Amino acid sequence: MLTIKNLHASINGKEILKGINLEIKEGEVHAIMGPNGSGKSTLAAVLAGREIFEVTHGEILFNGKNLLDLSPEDRSREGLFLSFQYPIEIPGVSMVNFMKAAVNEQRKYRGVEPLSASDFLKMMREKKELVEIDSALTNRSVNEGFSGGEKKKNEIFQMAMLEPKLSILDETDSGLDIDALRIVANGVNKLKRPENASIVITHYQRLLDYIVPDFVHILYNGKIVKSAGKELALELEEKGYDWIKNGE
Amino acid sequence: MSKTTTISVKEELVDLYLSNLDLITDNSAPILNSERQAAIENFNLLGLPDVKNEKYKYSKIEPLFTQDFEKYFAPKNITFKVDDIFRCDIPEIGTELALILNGFYLPKGNKINKLDNGMIYGSLSEAAIKYPEIVSKHYNTVADNTGEGLVALNTAFVQDGIFIYVPKGVEIDRPLQIINLLMSDENLLVQYRNLIILEESSKASVVVCDHTLSAQKFLSNVVTEIVVKPNATLDFVKMQNEHNDCTQLSHVYIKQQKDSTVTTNTISLHGGFIRNNLNALLDDEGCENNSYGLYLTDRTQHIDNYSFIDHAKPHCISSELFKGILDDQATGAFNGRILVRKDAQQTQAFQANNNLLLTADAKMNTKPQLEIYADDVKCSHGATVGQLDMEAKFYMQTRGIGEKEAKLLLMFGFAHEVVKKISIDPLRDRIDDLVNKRLRGELSRCHNCPMHCC
Repeated sequence: MLTIKNLHASINGKEILKGINLEIKEGEVHAIMGPNGSGKSTLAAVLAGREIFEVTHGEILFNGKNLLDLSPEDRSREGLFLSFQYPIEIPGVSMVNFMKAAVNEQRKYRGVEPLSASDFLKMMREKKELVEIDSALTNRSVNEGFSGGEKKKNEIFQMAMLEPKLSILDETDSGLDIDALRIVANGVNKLKRPENASIVITHYQRLLDYIVPDFVHILYNGKIVKSAGKELALELEEKGYDWIKNGE
Repeated sequence: MSKTTTISVKEELVDLYLSNLDLITDNSAPILNSERQAAIENFNLLGLPDVKNEKYKYSKIEPLFTQDFEKYFAPKNITFKVDDIFRCDIPEIGTELALILNGFYLPKGNKINKLDNGMIYGSLSEAAIKYPEIVSKHYNTVADNTGEGLVALNTAFVQDGIFIYVPKGVEIDRPLQIINLLMSDENLLVQYRNLIILEESSKASVVVCDHTLSAQKFLSNVVTEIVVKPNATLDFVKMQNEHNDCTQLSHVYIKQQKDSTVTTNTISLHGGFIRNNLNALLDDEGCENNSYGLYLTDRTQHIDNYSFIDHAKPHCISSELFKGILDDQATGAFNGRILVRKDAQQTQAFQANNNLLLTADAKMNTKPQLEIYADDVKCSHGATVGQLDMEAKFYMQTRGIGEKEAKLLLMFGFAHEVVKKISIDPLRDRIDDLVNKRLRGELSRCHNCPMHCC
């Protein structure tokens, strides 16, 4: 589904990603862990198409298409979803209008008729229940005045609405208490399909108790320095990152 | 070399007045005529505001008057059935409708109407004849004739306009809609006057829509006087939707008495050159004033909002929010003056002006101006001029929303903060819709109006 080959990316001339290779297949959950500043969020941003990062080398194939040629909106329409570490507040834009625009633009891209108002509201209702998000939140402006936990739940709600093929969860666990973490993780698990895949970016093993990965990768200094099964996360929890930093 | 003598615009206007005085007075009412002499003398002293006038720093007024405009001092006989040409019926609003064509009241039946509940509306000059005791008590008592040359000019020339009177204790459920139509086969200068009076404990909503129905140049210099008596409540919405060759100079004067509430929404959807002066005098305790404004400009349009909230007495609250989106080479200005007089203790006054510039060529000047002479007050102001939030745009794009649509949603969200303050439901939805269309570059005319206003 996703193939990253020798990806280099920099910001303001400073190289952050220094040759990433990664292969993700349908149905897989990949965890990417690593210390602060290792390039985890940069990788997520580059995948989503954030312009401030310049890709200097390498390629990314997403379902056979060259991802780097696509605008951020087309990446989304192709089925890529980024759950933001810090979701953006958009005052004045209601959740309903925001989601309606998003869902219908995706449908347009696929050549499907836009949803009728009643079908759309029905879909909103169903997905809200699925991710256990407070009904009142979706009557407000996008993320405006939401608590940290509410913002993260709202990311998962949007994911449920858009039904992406590949979702990237960028530190979805940061700032969540244990109950919110469970709700968010449940949402992600409920949305899991055999044909979909996820990348879970996290500092801590805690989230991986709930979202069980098939593979764990350690990103350090812009490179994936170690890949293994889910047991690697437990090892990290126990030993910290120093053994990685010190070159083992 | 030929020698030319230049006559100033001011002299020309005074001459115009003197040479047409008979025509002006014959087609008006004694109460309106009685104020003319003093007004033209004031105008002769004040002249048109020039750049030395700090209030008009960003809007040059005199050149606007140098173009060739026809002036009519009697209603021009345009035979036209309003229903055929204009139906601006905001759906479900069930509004009483009053029309002004080129500055003169355009009666559907009577020139003045009295409803069962006692509310009176119709032509100002007719009201001055039929209800002289009400009109003379209020007419020209709120507008500033000695400080504002354009107001003095209006008072000298005014012949008609809209009159609205809401008697004591009467609450009007359905908003009254005033539609100003400009339609002519020549360039035209119009100066009319609206007078709105809310007696004690009454309640009303008034919606004013300005439209142009022909492509000629128009210059409107309009004064609206509003008197809101104790415990009365007025919602006043002004919607400006005129074409690019139109100039509108609007002066709204509000006088609020004890415990009254006035909310104004000035929505400038479209227009070539707009100057809005909004003056509110909070003349007794317990007044609440909300002044909201939204302006959307593009190409070479110019919009200038001036507001003056005068906290003359203690225990009053005012809040002001003006927001604007400027595209292309559009220019704009905002000057919000708040005066808290010496004894106006416990005043609460808030003001914000936020602007979005969509291009590097668009320009906005904003100036909050708080003058506080009392010591126990709560006041705040803030002004911003910025661009669209690129982070928010990216966030939307990652959800599949195209860049253009994302920008539109952001602009719409920005504008909606003002629109949502409109308390009349169907009108708010309607204006939301018009704002949306305007931002999309579609004509923002009312959809079932067959005329292309802009």
